[in-house]
Amino acid sequence: MATVLENVGTKTIDHLDYVGSLNIQLWATLRAMGSALPFVGNRYRWQATVRQMLQIGVDALPMVSLMATCSGFILALQGASELRRFGALHYVIDLVAVGFTRELGPLLTAIAVSGRSGSAFAAEIGTMRVTEELDSLRVMALEPVEFLLAPKYLAALISVPCLSIVSNVCGILAGGLFMFFSTHLSPLLYLRDVLTSIQLQDVITGLIKSVAFATIIAHVGCLEGFRVRGGPDAVGRSTTSAVVKSTFLVILADAVFTAIFYFTVKR
Amino acid sequence: MPIISIRDLVVEYEDRRILNGLNLDIEHGETMVLLGGSGSGKSTLLRQILGLERPKSGSVMVKGTDIAHCSAAELKAVRRSIGVAFQSASLFNSMSVEDNVALTLREHTKLAPSIIDLVVWMNLAVVGLADFGKLHPQELSGGMKKRAAVARALALDPEILVLDEPSAGLDPIVAAELDELILLLKEAFQMTVIVVTHELPSAFRIADRIAMLYQGTFSSVGTVDQIKASQNPRVRQFLDRVPGDMAKAPAVAAYFEKYLQGPEVQQ
Repeated sequence: MATVLENVGTKTIDHLDYVGSLNIQLWATLRAMGSALPFVGNRYRWQATVRQMLQIGVDALPMVSLMATCSGFILALQGASELRRFGALHYVIDLVAVGFTRELGPLLTAIAVSGRSGSAFAAEIGTMRVTEELDSLRVMALEPVEFLLAPKYLAALISVPCLSIVSNVCGILAGGLFMFFSTHLSPLLYLRDVLTSIQLQDVITGLIKSVAFATIIAHVGCLEGFRVRGGPDAVGRSTTSAVVKSTFLVILADAVFTAIFYFTVKR
Repeated sequence: MPIISIRDLVVEYEDRRILNGLNLDIEHGETMVLLGGSGSGKSTLLRQILGLERPKSGSVMVKGTDIAHCSAAELKAVRRSIGVAFQSASLFNSMSVEDNVALTLREHTKLAPSIIDLVVWMNLAVVGLADFGKLHPQELSGGMKKRAAVARALALDPEILVLDEPSAGLDPIVAAELDELILLLKEAFQMTVIVVTHELPSAFRIADRIAMLYQGTFSSVGTVDQIKASQNPRVRQFLDRVPGDMAKAPAVAAYFEKYLQGPEVQQ
């Protein structure tokens, strides 16, 4: 019994330690963010931010677009199979449009970015830790949080919402494709119905979620890298852990945000 | 006043005492070699001098600043006057050699790019790598990496140069070249040089004074001649390459005896 309690206590302390570390890292990064901004910040840091935006955003475009297109098509197919029985096939448009802007667009994007970039952050920083490059930075009077994390976080904050919008567009277009082939609904009419069903607050809540997801992915990925102890095998473990933890936390945050918006945002 | 002053320094890792009340003064322009076997605490002492870890008690004063208890800004200021080349070189693999050397100049000075290029070229020329600036660290040999790390350490014209195991893993010719380079740097730039090593020929060639570490304490501190003439049993064992107990047959037999009577075998 004592062992069980000890294990529960140890795990609880570990999780609290992790959450605490995430918070400390977040505040430290927010304080260092000024250096990564264009015009007012450090020129080299902004260049690093642009490079990161290309890696997080532009390089992920094909993958996110394809995932969103397939998901939009699947959602339309699955929705239509049920709604057709009630003669409500038209509601597929609402389902796809609202479902993507509020939920699926940001979530699918976050899962893709978590797998691609969250793991890359952990691997990069973890390798730097193993090879003493982080110590090198410190003794050169360069703070790893400012030098490494701030550009990554700023790039994620810009890229992930942009990718979410692309994901929304691809998912909704895939729904339009389905409607065109199943009901011969013209693309213009489909677009008009989509614009009628979506409200500005749907887009805004989706973007708020994607900003939160970007924060989770960037910070979990980097923290896993900073916490690497040991050799190359530890880098591998941190990479896996970054993806698993950030995906879990993204879904948890999604549930919390959805509940908050459900009770606070009136349609 | 010494440039580095260590007083009653105690370092522990999880109740294991690594450094046990060290006292040492390093004067301006002096080459101090920290000598000792594996696990004697040399690298730990170096990390304390660089402010990478905090001691359990005692102080490390660098240029009059207690780096274990100073503010982050003071620590940064001290670190700007220290150039460090780690044992593994710790060059940034994502950057070319010249970008590695230019990094601190870009970050900490407002020099024009053309001046930075000139300083980088000069530093690379000093270490004999003027023609290799465009290469990445992974394209260099072990000796070239170490020299590139020295060039990077020299970039900000530091008052203190710290070299961790500069000749470890190098062939005798390259190791001798590095020794000559250290002597040249000291003479040309009047730097205080701290070298961590367990290579005796190298230590005797470059040192003004040698501090011999054994199990977390200084067993002897003195000039090269004083160390060579020392009758301290630990110093003599190290200089005369006398094997420790671990390699002797009775000790090996004792280990086996202890293991056979241990709980794992008894079960």
